[in-house]
Amino acid sequence: MDASRPLAPAAGRDESGAARTRALSFLARRDRYHVAEALPWIAALAAFFIFPNQMILGGQTLIMILFALSLDLILGYAGIVTLGHAAYFGLGAYAAALLITDLHWSEPISGLACAAVVAAIGGFFSGLILLRYRGLALLVLTLSTTIMLQQLGNLFRDFTGGYDGIPGINISPLFGRFDYDLYGHTYYLYCLGVLFIAFYVVRRIVYSPFGQALVGIRENVARMHALGSPVHWRLVIAYTISAAFAGIAGALFAQTNTLVTLGVFDFDQSAAVLMMLILGGAGWLYGGFVGATLYMVLQNELAKMSPEFWQFGIGAILIAVVLANRHRVFGKLVRRVRALGFGAKP
Amino acid sequence: MPPVANTIVSILFDGLAWAMFLFIISVGLSVTMGLMGVVNLAHGAFAMAGGYLVITATASWGVPFLPSLLIAFVAVGLVSVLLERSLYSQLYGASELDQVLLTIGLTFMVIAVYTYFYGPQPQSIHVPSYLLGELHLGDRSFPTYRVFLIAVGAALVAALWYGFEGTKIGAMIRAAVDNRRMAQSVGINVDRLFTITFAVGSGLAALGGGLAIQLLGLTPSFAVIYLVFFLLVVAVGGSGSIWGTLAGALVLGISDTAGKYLFADAGSFVIYAVAVLILLVRPAGLYGRE
Repeated sequence: MDASRPLAPAAGRDESGAARTRALSFLARRDRYHVAEALPWIAALAAFFIFPNQMILGGQTLIMILFALSLDLILGYAGIVTLGHAAYFGLGAYAAALLITDLHWSEPISGLACAAVVAAIGGFFSGLILLRYRGLALLVLTLSTTIMLQQLGNLFRDFTGGYDGIPGINISPLFGRFDYDLYGHTYYLYCLGVLFIAFYVVRRIVYSPFGQALVGIRENVARMHALGSPVHWRLVIAYTISAAFAGIAGALFAQTNTLVTLGVFDFDQSAAVLMMLILGGAGWLYGGFVGATLYMVLQNELAKMSPEFWQFGIGAILIAVVLANRHRVFGKLVRRVRALGFGAKP
Repeated sequence: MPPVANTIVSILFDGLAWAMFLFIISVGLSVTMGLMGVVNLAHGAFAMAGGYLVITATASWGVPFLPSLLIAFVAVGLVSVLLERSLYSQLYGASELDQVLLTIGLTFMVIAVYTYFYGPQPQSIHVPSYLLGELHLGDRSFPTYRVFLIAVGAALVAALWYGFEGTKIGAMIRAAVDNRRMAQSVGINVDRLFTITFAVGSGLAALGGGLAIQLLGLTPSFAVIYLVFFLLVVAVGGSGSIWGTLAGALVLGISDTAGKYLFADAGSFVIYAVAVLILLVRPAGLYGRE
């Protein structure tokens, strides 16, 4: 909504003419592709050739980037703080897993689509209720929804395998041709392709009028109501889309991991994706790339020394990020850097 | 006694003990949230720290059980003042997201430190023999420790009731929860009030953590596992209110126990279902203001 400020006729008519042109050209250009936007994809491809032995970690990182991207849509753009995004990741993971083990349908891409639909249905109906709330009630309700799904999964353990999970999720070769190797090379490229398509779709959504409405709701919900914007429906739709992408991430996790347990619904999972997004910065699409990569690499390296070391480190980093963002000078600097390459930052 | 009545008495008794535990820990969270609107996800970590302090005091320093509870109350209360002045004071007026992130970060650090020093295995505690065994009442017998827990909870409810309704500082807290700016403009130092409330609330959490070891055991992950319950109590009761916290703790404590007695499989589902139903009807909680 930065752009709305120069449009407001606050100053005299003469100055506002120039400001208006500037604002209009900014609005017309901001969704154009910037050269720098190719960087994350080049880096992801380069990683494939430079670290061929790390591709299992790489695939997991791509999945978490997709998960963080889905959270960015509702947290970064629409401003909904949730502690239960793992619910939709988990729904997608179980949908993809049960499709293979119970219905014996092992084609991977249609598995993703099925997971997306299941997670979207879950997101739509929970969003209808959840998004009426704000503040503490929303935090508690999102957290409770996820735990209730976990408990339901445990209740129907004949069907879901309970905390032992569903083992032996084996998908058939990609496009019927490419089989999966032990080193996770096929999985990595598969995840990268899915992420690329998902990213393109989310980017289109974010720069559409619908995306602008979400930013408007985040920045000034009273004004959006006054403008006659259907705030609740916009949020429910955004939540549903976000849930669908989280479900795809979960399905990729199930397909590449060959095992899904009720652990996917843990609070830690919701907290981890939130941390990744915050580490990389919410509300500019690339937060997941930066944050999830940092998080996964740090976790891998620090947890080798000791798990406590990792937990202490991520806690300290999180506090530092919050304090730095709230710092007057430093926070401004971060916002400048982010706005530099990508006119995207709302 | 007929079996139905027997079950009801068991549910009420165990539910009351569980509710008192929830109340002792959640009341500080509720009042600080009502005062400053800070969502403190590190509250469970204070309870966990109190529990470990009680274990160290009784096992290594030879302090008896009851005084060590007092030590935990005072020590954690004092440490929380330092944290409040250095970290939490940055959060006043911050977005909910910043509050959530900073307090999650703090929780992780505390869990890591305690795992490093005490290890991840569950700890147990030796409570004095007069708290073990059973009390006989009519043809029923009740575990002494749970009776003790209920008694401590009831005493705290009385003390907090007097503190809130009968003292000047209680009146100031109520005024500040009702309308912070108005309270400030009549000369109440809300910041200092908050520091005091925060210290007492964290101290009570530590006390609750110490009391819980005998029933629940103690691991560093206590800080997150039970946090959900404390948040549920505050949300269901309505933040900033002692009566709300008591009502929330009683409703959730007793329905949780009833769920576990009556439906062995789906038992742990009940507390969330009840909480969600109440919040759907009353989003600000039982005693909250819209």
